[in-house]
Amino acid sequence: MTATWTLLTLLVIAAASFPLGRARALACAGGDSCALHSLPRHYGWASVLLTLGPALVLFVLLEMTAPATPAGSLAVVACALVALAWALRRMHPGFRARQTVERGVLALLMLAACVAIATTAGIVLSMLFETQNFFAQYGWREFFLSATWAPRFQGDSDLGILPLLWGTLYISLIALVLAVPVGLFAAIYMAEYAGQRFRAIVKPGIEVLAGIPTIVYGLFALITVGPLLRDYFAQPLGLGSSGSSVMTAGLVMGIMLIPFVSSLSDDIIAQVPQSLRDGSLGLGATRSETIRQVVVPAALPGIVGAVLLAASRAIGETMIVVLGAGAAAKLNLNPFEAMTTITVKIVSQLTGDGDFAAPETLVAFALGLTLFAITLCLNVLALAIVRKYREQYE
Amino acid sequence: MEDTLTEAPGTAADTTKITVRGLQVYYAGTHAVRDVDVDIPAKAVTALIGPSGCGKSTFLRCLNRMNDTIPDARVTGEICIDGEEIHDARVDPVQLRAKVGMVFQKPNPFPKSIRDNVAYGPKIHGLTRTRAELNEVVEKSLRRAALWDEVKDRLDAPGTGLSGGQQQRLCIARAIATAPEILLMDEPCSALDPIATAQIEELIDELRNRFAVVIVTHSMQQAARVSQRTAFFHLGRMVEYGDTGELFTNPADPRTESYITGRIG
Repeated sequence: MTATWTLLTLLVIAAASFPLGRARALACAGGDSCALHSLPRHYGWASVLLTLGPALVLFVLLEMTAPATPAGSLAVVACALVALAWALRRMHPGFRARQTVERGVLALLMLAACVAIATTAGIVLSMLFETQNFFAQYGWREFFLSATWAPRFQGDSDLGILPLLWGTLYISLIALVLAVPVGLFAAIYMAEYAGQRFRAIVKPGIEVLAGIPTIVYGLFALITVGPLLRDYFAQPLGLGSSGSSVMTAGLVMGIMLIPFVSSLSDDIIAQVPQSLRDGSLGLGATRSETIRQVVVPAALPGIVGAVLLAASRAIGETMIVVLGAGAAAKLNLNPFEAMTTITVKIVSQLTGDGDFAAPETLVAFALGLTLFAITLCLNVLALAIVRKYREQYE
Repeated sequence: MEDTLTEAPGTAADTTKITVRGLQVYYAGTHAVRDVDVDIPAKAVTALIGPSGCGKSTFLRCLNRMNDTIPDARVTGEICIDGEEIHDARVDPVQLRAKVGMVFQKPNPFPKSIRDNVAYGPKIHGLTRTRAELNEVVEKSLRRAALWDEVKDRLDAPGTGLSGGQQQRLCIARAIATAPEILLMDEPCSALDPIATAQIEELIDELRNRFAVVIVTHSMQQAARVSQRTAFFHLGRMVEYGDTGELFTNPADPRTESYITGRIG
């Protein structure tokens, strides 16, 4: 509560410093705004920055070292007032207020960039900590190499990641096998062949697909695709009688990913310079030869980026898997068998009412960290590919 | 490749290669080229000059039917190459463009290696049977484009890594590699510095021994230096066409005179 009040007080002081700084600078210049180094509002913003900056730094430092105390709050407010007085003393016509504001903007932008990095680091560190607790109770060898996943609440569980990893990769693979060609071909058609009217109708249509919540896709998998695949493919072919299957989740996830691949690729293909197409057509290449040999290679870095983005989404997807593929951890090649993924098991291990310090719960963090490592590797791979081809292009 | 290189001795510069009669081009609403009649000679350089937007590039793009690739362009009239009407249903525009090569204003090498850039045309048209034959075509085209000595040690380097002038010569080599009979050049030097321009101009003069060259240029000095015939375009019409020396020293039309003395355009 003290912290909130301290911040509110700081805000009031900052709000007051704007007109004060502005008025002070104008008064020093004898009311002639042309005699000032900067515009009057720059003096206002500069005094806000000079007042708020030191006080906020002190506030953050105090909050980190000791929880908010009345003495600390007083110190922060006093700091703001002193800074204000000092700022006002500096507001004479020769003061370079524009440059001060510029530095303030720079600091703000840097702060925003650092927030993203710091959050990532924080997430990794917290996962690492809990993962360490898990491996203190459970051998890493069993975790990474065991092919059975059978948690029991009494303890003595088998927590092998392999069935989950297999399910994740299998479902993602099916999803990408569907989404990449369909999405890419759709993008090529839209960017290279389609007329204005067709584009105007189909492009928003595809983008609607991207806006559907994944739980709705999951329902579609559960009530339509699953029974359909079971009745017309799995049972006639003698491949099982399960309504939820890898194939169901993979196909529905693939449909979900089509708009990702297609709209990103479409934008990238449209950016390939027309002069390259003209050059190829001018040599007597047909349109499809031009697309295959010139346009797509030129757009490849972006297309690879789009595909890997889709892959990351597939690996991290949960809802479609729960409803489409079920929750049974199995190592099996049959695509009509129910299987499950890492994300689903993270949810189910954490939402039970088990002991939080037990390996059965802590395994969720080890699973999460593994998932993070996989997507990180994918991203690094994507960057490497993009860099290799971009060199050739520019 | 070989048959176009060994020409019969009788073909002189005054043989007509391209005959154009009553050519009209319309772009969505505008009449870009009006009533153009022209005979373009084989084994000579024909320059097209005129102010921006006068239709000279549009005219050039008619000669290999590149305007077909623009959805709302319409071309009427007659264009015959060696007596054959290029709009005839029997003529495949894709084959036509292999026979009528084109070099563009901005160098546009493909994002491929130097070798693959030059081999692109021969590969898609199936002009060579073996790898060795293809390499031979690549070398010959690069030599003819006066680029071989500069790139022979790095044929696998990307074509986009060359300098602007080298890129443009690479594009010329790429166009030559499909064994064309006519070479269209749309302001090939406008993106280049004076040294690279001089190299390309020298090259154009060489090329005239084997191809009919049609070049669009904004530089009248360039037209005077490289061409034997010059056509002056103004507002979509071909105002005057004749021997380059004659047109620049003794223009028949007052509009040509104004343009070459710098009063219009």
